[in-house]
Amino acid sequence: MSLLAVNNIEVVYNDVILVLRGMSLEVQQGAIVALLGANGAGKSTTLKAISGLLKTEEGRVTRGEVLFGGERIDGVDPHMIVRRGIFQVMEGRRIIADMTVLENLRLGAFTRSDNGVKADIDMVYGYFPRLKERTGLAGYLSGGEQQMLAIGRALMARPKLILMDEPSMGLSPLLVKEVFGIIRRINQELGVTILLVEQNARMALSVASHGYVMEQGKIVLDGTAEELANNEDVKEFYLGGHGAERKSFRDIKSYKRRKRWL
Amino acid sequence: METGLLFQLVLNGLIVGALYGVVAMSFVLIYKASQVVNFAQGEFMLIGAWACWWLLTYWQLPFWIGFPVALAFMTIFGVVLQVAVLRPLIGEPVISVIMATVGLSIFFQALMKWMFGVFAQPFPAIFPVERIRIMGLEVQSVYLLSIALSLVIMLGFWWFFNFSKHGLAMRATAFDQQVAQSLGISVPQVFAMSWAISAVVSAVAGVVVGVVSGVSSGLSFYGIKVFPAVILGGLDSVVGAMLGGIIVGVLENLAQYVDSQWLNWGNMTNIAPFYALIIILLIKPYGLFGTRNIERV
Repeated sequence: MSLLAVNNIEVVYNDVILVLRGMSLEVQQGAIVALLGANGAGKSTTLKAISGLLKTEEGRVTRGEVLFGGERIDGVDPHMIVRRGIFQVMEGRRIIADMTVLENLRLGAFTRSDNGVKADIDMVYGYFPRLKERTGLAGYLSGGEQQMLAIGRALMARPKLILMDEPSMGLSPLLVKEVFGIIRRINQELGVTILLVEQNARMALSVASHGYVMEQGKIVLDGTAEELANNEDVKEFYLGGHGAERKSFRDIKSYKRRKRWL
Repeated sequence: METGLLFQLVLNGLIVGALYGVVAMSFVLIYKASQVVNFAQGEFMLIGAWACWWLLTYWQLPFWIGFPVALAFMTIFGVVLQVAVLRPLIGEPVISVIMATVGLSIFFQALMKWMFGVFAQPFPAIFPVERIRIMGLEVQSVYLLSIALSLVIMLGFWWFFNFSKHGLAMRATAFDQQVAQSLGISVPQVFAMSWAISAVVSAVAGVVVGVVSGVSSGLSFYGIKVFPAVILGGLDSVVGAMLGGIIVGVLENLAQYVDSQWLNWGNMTNIAPFYALIIILLIKPYGLFGTRNIERV
């Protein structure tokens, strides 16, 4: 049984705007799964539907179900979903700017009442040594450091599943590499399952075992990371660099039609 | 010029100011956590003081039982008020929320007058009232106790916001409610907690003032003094609220001194803090310690 299963959900914002229409995906225990797609495809909405944060934005899952460990979690309040073991690292890091790095990390462990918090702070510093040197307010950290803090804060909650929304946003290529290296290490060493939303498809597919491609509120393609990386359509539309040959408009149209049937 | 009187007034100012500061901190607590400007803060003092007075005189409870019971009552009172009145107003315009708290203030003042009458009632003698001389200045022992209590509450706040899990959660909620929820924090719970703590701390201040000068509806006047204090310090700064309170306390005593010596206008005590308020807002619109948002360039 998969750890997370999203079954045919429909999400509506403000009771009128239909964003997801029949969205389904599955995440196996211990995997890294990439969710790709263009802007506005509904990737972030999917993550928020899972983490429950949809509720804070006047959104609702109106059809279908979200199962986590076999239990339904759609409609559960976001703070209770965190307690069940799903932690979302939101787009744009969203660290608490007027707190220190340490305070941000301690807040990550808000839902925990065991006394392993101190050890885990050291563990996070182990993954991100440069955070340890930053003693000022987190708001003054660089973008990369803020992303590291956001991931570290997620680890502090000891989640079973981390939802990551565009960890590469606004980072230099070198930092993107570093962050993704750490994402892979976290997955391997701590056994945390990760659902990754990314614009940087190449990077995402390089760490993921499985991938989904979204368009207009539903999945149009899925497969192992390798399959996707070698898929002609994915290459053309998400990975780019398909040589100099240009496709005619008719071919693109047929691709669109093909996707609709998937 | 009487330096002795001047020192005495400054000392009085510090003592009263520390109490203003405590009430101001509990005001800031609510504002920080839930962005509600609570005009009924003074009434929290009033209700707390009357509740304690009632337990001590009507039920003849000893202070060490009556006081905690009164505080327990205030905890429940704060939560109920938040859940019943303020929670339905979440997401409504600021002005509606302000009107609601102004309404609460008027309602509770009237209710207390109706229940306990309009005359000041002395607390039963709890502590020996004696005068102690410190460096040539006369201080009532109750005042010393009040300043000690204020210090303890300040330290408590400082510890709470910097070290306790729930204090951090409260700051996180103040910063960004969506982020707070993503960290597993229940925002309604934080709101309720902030009102409960605020009501309890204000009630402690109310009881202290009541012990010193009797309980009467004049107590809620402290709530009005809290506004210059918090705006001086910056609406969202706990430290600022404390200092603002002390500044207001000292200021009104000094104003009284200046007034009695030279101006003879009368009533400067009450007006001076508001003059200072206007001047400071002209120079520093965020207040002395209010946060501007950190913007990384």
